[in-house]
Amino acid sequence: MNLEKIIEVKGLTKNFRKLIAVNNLDLNVYSGDVFGFLGPNGAGKSTTIRMLLSLIKPTAGSIKIFGMSLKENREKILRKVGAIVEKPDFYMYLTAYKNLEILGKISGGDTSYKKIMEMLELVGLSKRAKSKVKTYSHGMKQRLGIAQALLHDPELIILDEPTTGLDPQGMKEIRDLILYLSKTKNKTIFLSSHILREVELIASRMIIINKGSTQVEGTVEELLNSDLMSVSVEVDRMDEAVKIIHESQWHEKLKNVNKKEMQFELSKEEISALNKFLVEKDFAVSAVVPVRSLEDYFLKITEGGDK
Amino acid sequence: MSTLIWVELQKIYKKWRTYIGFLAIGVLVPIVQIALYFTGEGYVKALTRNFQDSFIFVGNLFNGYLIGYLLLSSLFIHIPFLIVLVGGDILASEATAGTYRMLLTRPVSRLKVVTAKYISGIIYVATLLAFLALLSLGISCLVFGTGELISFRGKIIIFAADDILWRFAAAYGFALLSMSTVFALAFLFSSMVENAIGPIVASMAVIIILFILSALPIDFFKDISPYFFTSHMIQWDGFFHDPVDYKDIIESALIMFAHIVGLYLITTYIFIKKDILS
Repeated sequence: MNLEKIIEVKGLTKNFRKLIAVNNLDLNVYSGDVFGFLGPNGAGKSTTIRMLLSLIKPTAGSIKIFGMSLKENREKILRKVGAIVEKPDFYMYLTAYKNLEILGKISGGDTSYKKIMEMLELVGLSKRAKSKVKTYSHGMKQRLGIAQALLHDPELIILDEPTTGLDPQGMKEIRDLILYLSKTKNKTIFLSSHILREVELIASRMIIINKGSTQVEGTVEELLNSDLMSVSVEVDRMDEAVKIIHESQWHEKLKNVNKKEMQFELSKEEISALNKFLVEKDFAVSAVVPVRSLEDYFLKITEGGDK
Repeated sequence: MSTLIWVELQKIYKKWRTYIGFLAIGVLVPIVQIALYFTGEGYVKALTRNFQDSFIFVGNLFNGYLIGYLLLSSLFIHIPFLIVLVGGDILASEATAGTYRMLLTRPVSRLKVVTAKYISGIIYVATLLAFLALLSLGISCLVFGTGELISFRGKIIIFAADDILWRFAAAYGFALLSMSTVFALAFLFSSMVENAIGPIVASMAVIIILFILSALPIDFFKDISPYFFTSHMIQWDGFFHDPVDYKDIIESALIMFAHIVGLYLITTYIFIKKDILS
């Protein structure tokens, strides 16, 4: 695994007068990562992304990108960064082609007809290249946003909610594109999303923030497997099973019971042990369903943060 | 920098708002020219009525130069209101549209971005004035011909035909300085807010208020009015005096220039320090 740090954030803080939007945030993104950046609304995600792109000046802390201080090497760094910040907004009175040409020229990238059309083709907009952006739907603008982020062939791509407003097919295409960019083109992706399933599907590492502070950081696999899972168990003779569970060591693990199922909080190893216990007591176990997902994890973490 | 200026000019000239000024001039000037075409001789007769007994006027006094001069005098006071439409929009519209986020995440410094916008805006001002010159002077000369320029300033001044064009060139040069000051004011307001309407209205308000204060017959305002840039805007007319008072013109030009530089520096400071939250 290549452990070159692409983004290194230390003690990042942003205050808007009395409001602390980001509070002493640390994060690291490594080369080749698809890095999921999660948090509830108002957690400080967009403020952090704006600071990473020097749209906002931090109150305190340091940002290093490609090993260089953002404060001192802004232009050098941004030459290698492509980004969408929140919804992509364009010059509505210009065509998609002209928008890309203008933004590409400022970035110092290749703005030949071939290159621009290649980018529009990649996001499925080549046939509308000469249409003014004001005639575009939100989803089309989102695709154009991705095209402008990729136009100058950046090494790091920062995407803030890139699938917002897209239909399921469009969302899948963008997910596939992100995976393609990461795996085939070896780009590092910093992905903020409120669609947790999306992050679960494509991110290799992630951070969850709440109220401007880091809650957890690690690989998606580690975070999902390192903790207890909520497991739903269905058996025949439910009342009798509940009684036996209460008399056993599993009593402490039982969190909820209803007529249909018992809900436990178990580690991965404990799931099979519980199953074995129930079978040995002659119960017919019809379902053992781990309901652990990033969404549960996210809610648990952010609720914890609230407390 | 040249790329950035090219980009900014593309943005300015692809917007319909940019052409309001051109449209206004393009409609007003021909209307005045047509009116003068039919009634202009009477206008000159009325001007020279008091001198008819003492002087004999020969040649074509009602010519393109006179019309160009009259048009410049009457429209000059209104041109600022056309300039602020673009000046007030140039930064604020990026905030309104959210395009700051695209623009300012590119590998160029904010200083370069704001300077490119400033230069592009002044290029717009220059093209608007060039359009005014082309229409009011160029077309008038074509339609009405050329000749001596008659001017009244308590006394009759008649400029020889070959002594006029440089005066117009200098007057338009000075006008560029004046209108650039107006643009700089609108540009400053534009950097402060996220909606173009505010800077446009505020710039117009400042210009109107300064004009009113300068005109009030109160000693206090008379004392401070030399410091208002609006008091120096009409100094272009100095080139149609005989002799030309260069000291006054240079002083006014320096005051305008100081305003342009000062307003640019304040705008740049605000723009560089600004957190992009739009």
